[in-house]
Amino acid sequence: MCGIAGLIHRGKSSKVGHELQGMLQALKHRGEDSTGYALYGDTDGKNFIMRFKVGENVGEGSTSISEDVSVYDERKKIVDNYLLELGAKIIKQDRILPYSLRYEIEYDKKDLLEFSQKIEGIPGVEILSMGKSLEVIKDLGNAKMVCDRYNLDKVVGTHAIGHARMATESGVDIKSAHPFWGYPFSDVSVVHNGQLTNYWNNRRALENKGMRFMSECDSELIAVYLAEKMRDGASLEEGMKESLSGLDGVFTYFVATKDSLGMAKDTMAAKPLVLYESDDLVAMGSEEIAIRSILPQEIDTYDPFDGEVKVWQI
Amino acid sequence: MANLKSTEKKTKAQAMGMHTEVLTGRTQQKFFNPDEAENFYYFGTYDVDFNKRTNLDVKDMTAAEANKEIDNLMSQGFGTIVIKNPQGKHSLGVGILNKLNLIFEGSLGYFGMGSCDGPTVRINGRVGWSCAENLMAGKVVIEKNAGSCFGAAIRGGDLICKGSVGARTGIDMKGGTIIIGGDAGAFTGFMMQRGRIIILGDVGINLGDSMYDGTIFIGGQIGSYGSDAVDSELTKSDQDWLKRKLKVAEIGENFDVSKMKKIVAGKKLWNYDNLEPTEKKGAI
Repeated sequence: MCGIAGLIHRGKSSKVGHELQGMLQALKHRGEDSTGYALYGDTDGKNFIMRFKVGENVGEGSTSISEDVSVYDERKKIVDNYLLELGAKIIKQDRILPYSLRYEIEYDKKDLLEFSQKIEGIPGVEILSMGKSLEVIKDLGNAKMVCDRYNLDKVVGTHAIGHARMATESGVDIKSAHPFWGYPFSDVSVVHNGQLTNYWNNRRALENKGMRFMSECDSELIAVYLAEKMRDGASLEEGMKESLSGLDGVFTYFVATKDSLGMAKDTMAAKPLVLYESDDLVAMGSEEIAIRSILPQEIDTYDPFDGEVKVWQI
Repeated sequence: MANLKSTEKKTKAQAMGMHTEVLTGRTQQKFFNPDEAENFYYFGTYDVDFNKRTNLDVKDMTAAEANKEIDNLMSQGFGTIVIKNPQGKHSLGVGILNKLNLIFEGSLGYFGMGSCDGPTVRINGRVGWSCAENLMAGKVVIEKNAGSCFGAAIRGGDLICKGSVGARTGIDMKGGTIIIGGDAGAFTGFMMQRGRIIILGDVGINLGDSMYDGTIFIGGQIGSYGSDAVDSELTKSDQDWLKRKLKVAEIGENFDVSKMKKIVAGKKLWNYDNLEPTEKKGAI
């Protein structure tokens, strides 16, 4: 079933990590196989932040194969060497968990395709996000567990989207968890609730055009689909509007960039979404209780209609 | 478990759980005789006094706890109950089979007021998906917006939303009236079988798709018609009924009903009088 939530503060920053945790935890009955956060934190905008994994969480419920930590260490070493070769300088590095790392990188080139292809050429390594504001954090368990594990409570930023997943189309692992990074575009992320029925046709067509898929999760298609449209010069909103006819199935999805947050709902309106909109805050989720976790007072909310696309700026 | 070897034939069956079921409740057909009104008992109901009023704060309650407490208050004779802090909880107020004046000071989540028969409800907020699903009688008024599947499969009563509603409003409805003050989404009246839907604003695509029967009145623009939904003439009696209904609903009292569109089933999708293909062969 899955639940999605998102919020954007306009003209100010807030503890988006804490707020999104509350919203996703309120939706945990919609799925707690895995939970993911895409947080747009306050940064100086100079360096890239790369979140990546060198292995999978093989804890309870995982469908991944267990590997020794020494394998992770070896992969990390190769990543460090490749970064040197690419001319990227590691400013700061945190190994949050044996398989999950966060690097702050000084890297001058704007095109991340070559960079990402080289790093992800290492078997078992996946870049979860790359951006000057975006950080994608995803792992197995419900929102509170993931938030506590990665200490996300204190993250301050302008906007965020997240996902509580009930695995239906693919395995219980981090690679299938949302949000998906809009590879190879800096600071683009996507979460999705629904099922896409033309996944394989679209995937084959996009792979022929040089786009990359990391999982077999149908939701990843949205991120890749939008990335391909943007690569060809479309704006985010134009890409989202095209997706209403290009993607088949039932869906409600959110997409975020460095300075904006958008939503799209399929033409059947088969997946739920409740929206609250004011001058300084937009909050939305699969159910109203998600919004109530940050706005307990009486507020006006509504369901966007079928085929609706909306984009807000910070 | 009972020892089956040592029991009589009759009690063996009973020990196995057979022949012990006593049919009770509303599933049995009851015929009401006005002469025996005093003896008439409606299962699961209480005598309540509408002037006996109380508040119930459900902030720290689960939906099940809140619903049990509403039942408990009705059993004590409270006829007017004000629910405080519903905060978008799901399944509040479901299964009330009583005359009751129920007021929610806030918004409800999914399945609010589902399967009710008799209460008069005012929700001073918004409702999520499937509000008042399966309503049999009574009146439910929502002051703000509503989610999708609003009034799904209702059989009777009045369901009123003063704001806008999502997709599939009145899906599979079998009676009653749904009145919307604002706009409605796609597939409004999808597969409806009886009853009436009134939308004062615009409506999305596939209006009345695959409807069997019933009537839909639209005040604004129509996105598109669904399969077998067709226009029909708005009669004088339709207009009188609409005026009366909107007045009672406290909504759109001054609305010009003469410009509304009336949509009914074309009844081309089904025809129960047609012979089955095998029967046709025989006839030939």
